[in-house]
Amino acid sequence: MPFLLAESAATSVPTIDEWVLWAIIASPLIGWGLIVAYLRKIPVVAGGVAIATIGVSLALSFFALFNVIDADGGILVHTHEWFTAGSLSVNIGVRIDGLTAVMLVVVTSVAFLVQLYSTGYMHGDTGYGRYFAHMCLFVFSMLGLVLADNLFMIFIFWELVGLCSYLLIGFWFHRPAAAAAAKKAFITTRIGDLGLLAALLLIWTRGPGGSFDVGLIQEWATSGEPEGWIITLFALGIFAGAVGKSAQFPLHVWLPDAMEGPTPVSALIHAATMVAAGVYLVARFFPVFEASHDAMTVVAWIGAATSLIAATIAIVQTDFKRVMAYSTVSQLGLMMLSLGAFGYVAAIFHLFTHAFFKALLFLTAGSVNHATNTYDMRLMGGLRKYMPITFATCVIGSLSLAGIFPLAGFWSKDEILLDAFRENPGLWFVAQLVSLLTAFYIFRAIFLTFFGEYRGGQPVDPHDHDSHFEGDPAHPHEPPWSMRAPLLILAVPAIAAGAFVINHSFRDLIEGALPHALEHESSFEWSIAISSTVLGVLGIGLAWAIYQKHWLSSRSFAMGFGPLTALFEQKWYFDKLYEDFLVKRVLQSGWNRLLELNDKYVVDGVVNGVGTVARVTSDRMRVIQNGQPQAYGLGFAAGILVVVVAVFAANPL
Amino acid sequence: MTPGLDHFLTVGALLFCLGLIVALSKRNAIGVLMGIELMLNAVNVTLLAFHRFTESANPVAGQTFVVFVITVAAAEAAVALALAVSFYRNRETVDVDRINLLRS
Repeated sequence: MPFLLAESAATSVPTIDEWVLWAIIASPLIGWGLIVAYLRKIPVVAGGVAIATIGVSLALSFFALFNVIDADGGILVHTHEWFTAGSLSVNIGVRIDGLTAVMLVVVTSVAFLVQLYSTGYMHGDTGYGRYFAHMCLFVFSMLGLVLADNLFMIFIFWELVGLCSYLLIGFWFHRPAAAAAAKKAFITTRIGDLGLLAALLLIWTRGPGGSFDVGLIQEWATSGEPEGWIITLFALGIFAGAVGKSAQFPLHVWLPDAMEGPTPVSALIHAATMVAAGVYLVARFFPVFEASHDAMTVVAWIGAATSLIAATIAIVQTDFKRVMAYSTVSQLGLMMLSLGAFGYVAAIFHLFTHAFFKALLFLTAGSVNHATNTYDMRLMGGLRKYMPITFATCVIGSLSLAGIFPLAGFWSKDEILLDAFRENPGLWFVAQLVSLLTAFYIFRAIFLTFFGEYRGGQPVDPHDHDSHFEGDPAHPHEPPWSMRAPLLILAVPAIAAGAFVINHSFRDLIEGALPHALEHESSFEWSIAISSTVLGVLGIGLAWAIYQKHWLSSRSFAMGFGPLTALFEQKWYFDKLYEDFLVKRVLQSGWNRLLELNDKYVVDGVVNGVGTVARVTSDRMRVIQNGQPQAYGLGFAAGILVVVVAVFAANPL
Repeated sequence: MTPGLDHFLTVGALLFCLGLIVALSKRNAIGVLMGIELMLNAVNVTLLAFHRFTESANPVAGQTFVVFVITVAAAEAAVALALAVSFYRNRETVDVDRINLLRS
């Protein structure tokens, strides 16, 4: 039975049939099943099935979105009891509201275009069928995560997307770097997931009557009934999960390494959708965070720290894809900052625009790799002449990322700056600084890659049989149309997605997902818009002066900052800290040594002790067992004597 | 002084202890057998003493028991002596310390 939550700010309910919502989730799952069972060895059909099943989800998602828009962002929940065990009752159901509908469209549209792109990018790979199977499974999990109506289902799909991320980062598992990166991603995110699990247990024991329902949890948090520390603890648990999945400081180290996976995977999972799931999760439970100002402060400052750290690392990277990776971490940090500054709508809006322009940027990185067989920008340069479409779309994505008027990124970043400014000038300052750095590093990458003279790319290694590189890196060329088309299509939302915010429909849509209206409202401010644009242009100009005109030598520039440059190049020593200190010292020398000693002396000690006691006693006892009946008889008689004496001593006559 | 139950029991106990000591300490198998016979007869003395000095609903039981014990003791002595003789024929000894064929 569909029901409307009483406190919903919207006036009407979407009228989507339940099967439509389930079909959105099920379609990619069917595609996965078909590919795994029958089509793994038939590349053309496997790719086609993947695109078709995701296309179905895409069409139904748009249908759902328009339906929700018609209903002014109302909430519709279809739920069924799954099982009940004691005080635990778990439902299985779908929930559609403005937030969900927007996420659905983002996920399916980016996934669709990335699949299309993949048919060209992965062409000739021996794991072609496996690739599309994993991709379908990922899209299924992500859609399930978005549509789930309770925390329990969210947790299940949350882990499923983590699994898919692992499988796809390690897609070329025969490469040690890829295998290590996959493990790193899986283990690092698992640390955060522990927090999510803790939140799940907390909501079961202390929450609204053993129910995990999203709507109930939101109401419960705003009712003022639970104690403050429970709310804070729950919010921080949720946020810990988000920190892992969205690669926030201090668990951000896995995302740059995740670039070992195929580039379309990075575009879809590690830029547009899965890493944004953390932001989505915090947004989903936004009323809970609103009820705890401590949790909000943590979210805001973790986001601020992440965005600043990642942006500073991005400016010294030489790998095109890693610039993008750190840029993604930085932008996710901005979204978290926005959420922490009560900028709920701004965060989702930035998630929305970021998904498009960052997916676009990653796909152009894939195109560049397709032409030059490398991601190292020192081996590129001058590609503007050879790849005009890739160049143009990359510049569009970069301008959008840098927040230049009137592209999509400008509007969403402006919203974030507004909310940050209203909440805390410190946050606003960090966000502005990040804007400047963002514009600088992305245009540094553009100038290094597309301008100047071509530096030859990476020659194809004839001994590397895993590489399916086709063509000649010395003569770069545009990729096939299956890869060019997604670039061109994605460029459209990267330019125009900002139009949503102008007529306020987006705000109403996203706000409708909350049980009550937002307290904090910000309106457009010329001063902030102008200052952020000026900083963006300044960053681009700086990159232009250094990397195009060479007015300033990048080397002397780096020298000028001395220790800071070293800090950035060493990624703030996070990897070193984790590897050398945490893993080697604390885990291997500390904890493992403790376990080893325990094993050696306690566990082995017990086993050996039992053996020793048995041996020593038997050594003593064997003297008695001499085979002489007379000796036994003596013992027998002595025993009786002892018993008799004892009996008479106890009972005197 | 007329001997009473206590005296008979004391004699029985002393005889039993003597038999036990003989049976446990003798190295000669024949000696061990003699010790066992002594212990059996000590028990017989005790049984008869109780028969003589206590009231019982079934007065013959003590005597009957003694007759049975004597019979079994005779049979046991016959078997044990036969064993001793046959062992002596094989090993030319009846020292119990050396009757250890089953020992590995």
